[in-house]
Amino acid sequence: MKIYDANKIIPGLLILVGLFTFPFLYNIGGAAPAPKPELPKEQKTCVQSLAFMKAGHMQLLNDWRDQVVRQANRVYVGLDGKEFNPSLQNTCMECHTSKVKFCDQCHNYAGVTPYCWDCHIAPKENQ
Amino acid sequence: MNPKESVVFSLVAVVVLVLLSWVGAGLIGMHFLFGVLIPYLAFAIFLFGMVYRIVGWARSPVPFRIPTTCGQQKSLPWVKWSPIENPVDTKGVLKRMFFEVFLFRSLFRNVKLELREGPKLLYGSAKWLWLGAIAFHYAFLVILIRHFRFFSEPVAGLVRGLEGLDGFLEVGVPRFYLSGAVLLAAIAYLFARRYLVPQLKYISLPADYFPLVLIFSIGLTGILMRYFIKVDIIGVKQMTLGLAALQPTVVEGVGSIFYIHIFLVSVLFAYFPFSKLVHLAGVFLSPTRNLANNSRFVRHVNPWNYPVKTHTYDEYEEEFREKMIEAGLPVEKE
Repeated sequence: MKIYDANKIIPGLLILVGLFTFPFLYNIGGAAPAPKPELPKEQKTCVQSLAFMKAGHMQLLNDWRDQVVRQANRVYVGLDGKEFNPSLQNTCMECHTSKVKFCDQCHNYAGVTPYCWDCHIAPKENQ
Repeated sequence: MNPKESVVFSLVAVVVLVLLSWVGAGLIGMHFLFGVLIPYLAFAIFLFGMVYRIVGWARSPVPFRIPTTCGQQKSLPWVKWSPIENPVDTKGVLKRMFFEVFLFRSLFRNVKLELREGPKLLYGSAKWLWLGAIAFHYAFLVILIRHFRFFSEPVAGLVRGLEGLDGFLEVGVPRFYLSGAVLLAAIAYLFARRYLVPQLKYISLPADYFPLVLIFSIGLTGILMRYFIKVDIIGVKQMTLGLAALQPTVVEGVGSIFYIHIFLVSVLFAYFPFSKLVHLAGVFLSPTRNLANNSRFVRHVNPWNYPVKTHTYDEYEEEFREKMIEAGLPVEKE
């Protein structure tokens, strides 16, 4: 079997294979462990179900912002008809007290930087 | 197949693929098959297929210089030549390939011909194909690189930077990425162009429509998953990272749309090396682009030249001299 221009073809093949197997090479030491956000001890339920919060909490927070800031509506009816004050700092952070131990766990893992804390004051973690 | 059948065939094929993964993973719950086995299999087919195709091309000799020349060849010093359109050495070829691969120069040179009343023949530049193609390819590249965030932990800074650039509008939650919209718009344009321009419609086959429909569906499922039908993204990343680290895991409770998306991507990967999409590698191996037009300076010998038996006139005369003289034929040596 003769390969013409092997001096160009072989490096080209190596580049192609290298580029596409890069994700495998990058993770050669094994997969990084999944994040473990610290859940509050006192409360067992959130404003919505676990599955909903996992997938859609960012949407909920965005809706809350619009609801409070644009419509001045400070009542949110959550799971089982329970009423909540739609507020990140007063409602969410009351149970999920630590940004580092809760929010950042998954956000860092997924590589996302939500701009919540551009306006809100991040909690002091040493308290 | 006629154009209508081709389009219907492509649409039906993609709908069948979507239903297959939706029923298989979403309803019956074959998560390991659709989330682990098929992606691995598709990736293996892709990698081996690409190498196979490239080696196949590399085994075909290209004995002669056959570049398409679009400008004045290098000639006498006072004749102005086009070094990029008509390269004479490797440096020129590299320049030409750079413009071809990164900027789609040959599409940029696209010319439209019109016959007007008179009769008058008009040539005009036609850039829409180039625009659609470059928008599509770069959007796809950005999306591909962005997806590296699912295969790395911690996520590389380059990927984070690209995400920031792509979502610089800071609209919506999760942040709206321009690349997704550009991709869908560009594919829609390329599809419409293929179907609405009569000449193009005439030469289009299912193999032309199917990749467009497939990639459109991949983009659409991705966008649906990101903005509308939310999935547990941490579970998704656990699965994708598991794939990349060769420690595959299945996380229960990740939405069916994820399996549909990853199945369509798997189909794209497996289909890639054996379809027109292989131009990813083929663009580097087009002899009409990657050869220098140096036939006038370098002697190119056909590699499969056979040692031909020759019988020159001198030898002929040597053999038949006496008979030729006898017959009164003129000879060069008496």
